Amino acid sequence: MENLIALLVAAPLLGAVVLLCGGRRLDRVGHWLGTALAGASFVVAVVLFTDMLGRSADDRALHQKLFSWIPVEGFQADVAFQLDQLSMTFVLLITSVGTLIHIYSIGYMEHDERRRRFFGYLNLFVAAMLILVIADNYLLLYVGWEGVGLASYLLIGFWQHKPSAATAAKKAFLVNRVGDMGLSIAIMLMFTTFGTFAFGPVLEATGETSEGKLTAIGLMLLLAACGKSAQVPLQSWLGDAMEGPTPVSALIHAATMVTAGVYLIVRSGAIFNGAPDAQLVVVVVGAVTLLFGAIVGCAKDDIKKALAGSTMSQIGYMILAAGLGPIGYVFAIMHLVTHGFFKAGLFLGAGSVMHGMNDEVDMRRYGGLRKYMPVTFVTFGLGYLAIIGFPGLSGFFSKDKIIEAAFAKGGTEGWILGAVTLLGAAITAFYMTRVMLMTFFGEKRWQPDAEGHDPHPHESPKSMTIPMIVLAFGSVFAGGFFSIGDRFLHWLEPVTGHSHGDAPVSATTVTAATMVVLVIGVAVAWVMYGRKAVPAVAPRGSLLTRAARRDLLQDDFNHVVLVRGGEHLTRSLVYVDHSLVDGVVNGTAASMGGLSGRLRKLQNGYARTYAVSMFGGTAVLIAATLLMRAV
Amino acid sequence: MNPVNYLYLAALLFTIGAAGVLIRRNAIVVFMCVELMLNACNLAFVTFSRMHGNLDGQIIAFFTMVVAAAEVVVGLAIIVSLFRSRHSASVDDASLMKL
Repeated sequence: MENLIALLVAAPLLGAVVLLCGGRRLDRVGHWLGTALAGASFVVAVVLFTDMLGRSADDRALHQKLFSWIPVEGFQADVAFQLDQLSMTFVLLITSVGTLIHIYSIGYMEHDERRRRFFGYLNLFVAAMLILVIADNYLLLYVGWEGVGLASYLLIGFWQHKPSAATAAKKAFLVNRVGDMGLSIAIMLMFTTFGTFAFGPVLEATGETSEGKLTAIGLMLLLAACGKSAQVPLQSWLGDAMEGPTPVSALIHAATMVTAGVYLIVRSGAIFNGAPDAQLVVVVVGAVTLLFGAIVGCAKDDIKKALAGSTMSQIGYMILAAGLGPIGYVFAIMHLVTHGFFKAGLFLGAGSVMHGMNDEVDMRRYGGLRKYMPVTFVTFGLGYLAIIGFPGLSGFFSKDKIIEAAFAKGGTEGWILGAVTLLGAAITAFYMTRVMLMTFFGEKRWQPDAEGHDPHPHESPKSMTIPMIVLAFGSVFAGGFFSIGDRFLHWLEPVTGHSHGDAPVSATTVTAATMVVLVIGVAVAWVMYGRKAVPAVAPRGSLLTRAARRDLLQDDFNHVVLVRGGEHLTRSLVYVDHSLVDGVVNGTAASMGGLSGRLRKLQNGYARTYAVSMFGGTAVLIAATLLMRAV
Repeated sequence: MNPVNYLYLAALLFTIGAAGVLIRRNAIVVFMCVELMLNACNLAFVTFSRMHGNLDGQIIAFFTMVVAAAEVVVGLAIIVSLFRSRHSASVDDASLMKL
């Protein structure tokens, strides 16, 4: 069985190589080939999954060592895979959502002449993401980590003829680089601390390592997670990443890649368990991002950017849960999976709307679309109900668990975190209702585009609606399926561990409170956007609204602090270099030059002068000899 | 007679020769002063030979004479060719190495 693991990666990797190297002759079959290979990977995943279910809980992890990558004395790096319950969860999510989005892209990218290349990149992404989650050591994980970064860069900038897309791709790449720096430092620290970076030995050895070292490693891992998962302070790239084609936003920037940070933290759980300070920082980052993303999501008129804010916020939930330690690991992953379904569904819905509306993204130009796009409306609506946590749907179960876990953290901390997660739930309900109302309800507000074509909203082709329907099923049922009888908890517990904590409030109270804030959020949104007509031009808005439209000034902050700061730093360094370093060097040279100019005068060319110096020298030598002898 | 007196004489001759080398500009005179210094050395060697009662000093004096003869040949040849090219026997005129 374990020999199949490599096949998971091999299929999409083969697809990427063939599609990217194959040239134009594959243009007509490229999309089918790419989809088939992603599907093949899914089939292998299902086979491995059924096999894994057949074994007892302690015996489920599989190992496969392909080859020794760097076999050096004292430094062993293997290309080896490990498939345990945690990896399996990710593999299923990636391959299933990945395959659905491949199918969706067949329709969505139909008129794009570079469709083959697009599928090559998608396959590359799937392969890299699979390497990331099934690697059995941090170094191979790093390979996958960089691979998804590359694929993300290529896909955000897929429409590179648009300067905004090219810039967004570069921005994503650069911001991710900061996070990757953290991961590489963490790996180096691990090597110096533990002498290895394979998951097994590292995570077992955390017990006898000093807390300071674990905190350092933990913080560096968190930096990496912040970069990849768009958490404060490295969140600025995600909104701009929406410049990529919508399937990319659904797959990479909602369902899978941006959750890699959560995977990293949960996988390194043993390190964080031993470093409470690092855990606290994780929780704070999660809580801040949760509110940050939600507030940004409330103000955006671009449907994809509103959803991007929501993604950031939901990943904030996951990071927060992961920072809670064993109370939260399982729920972080559970929310990750349900979020993968409903957010991918929402993005695909948004893509379907754009497809029918001549690529218009401004929600103020939508309105009343439910009559024109019934399938999109229903699937998007189910995703909407799932994300706001409507009772019985996926988000209800997974988000509720995180809120409970936040309270169960205990003490003042628990109350603060609980309050933040509840507030986040209210804002989530508000902005998602806003998106829903502005897009599908109210009067139609669309206008002719720049060339005078009226949009003709229409339902998307089957290749696009079927994936949306499948994801809608996931959005509805996944949460319930996982939660009833604590199935997901029992499944993951052997890997991540679990503790209940002591909640100061009962689960029922939490659920009731969540329902109350949910109703408040929806009601406020309805009052603002449902009861009266939405203006086609955005009103000026309050100071907070305007700040939120500018992503809460994240770019201005980065510009002032990092860009300007960097410029000042380099300028002062150049100044020091010119005045001090060059000064010392040039000063030495000049003084040597001056000295030798003066010494040169001694060589006047007169034989007598040389004779004097010879006589003088000899006289001094003799005098010295005599003097020494006398002494 | 006390042999030390010969050493005084040798020192006197050497000093005269050295002063001549340093002060005079005429190449021939400088050359002669060099010879004077060599002969002062010879005198000292011979005196020491006599004082110590062995012949080492006298042998060295012979060597010095041979070297001095060879030096005269080369040195005079240089002075003559210098005079031919520059129409002067002043050593200060031959300061070509000066920058």
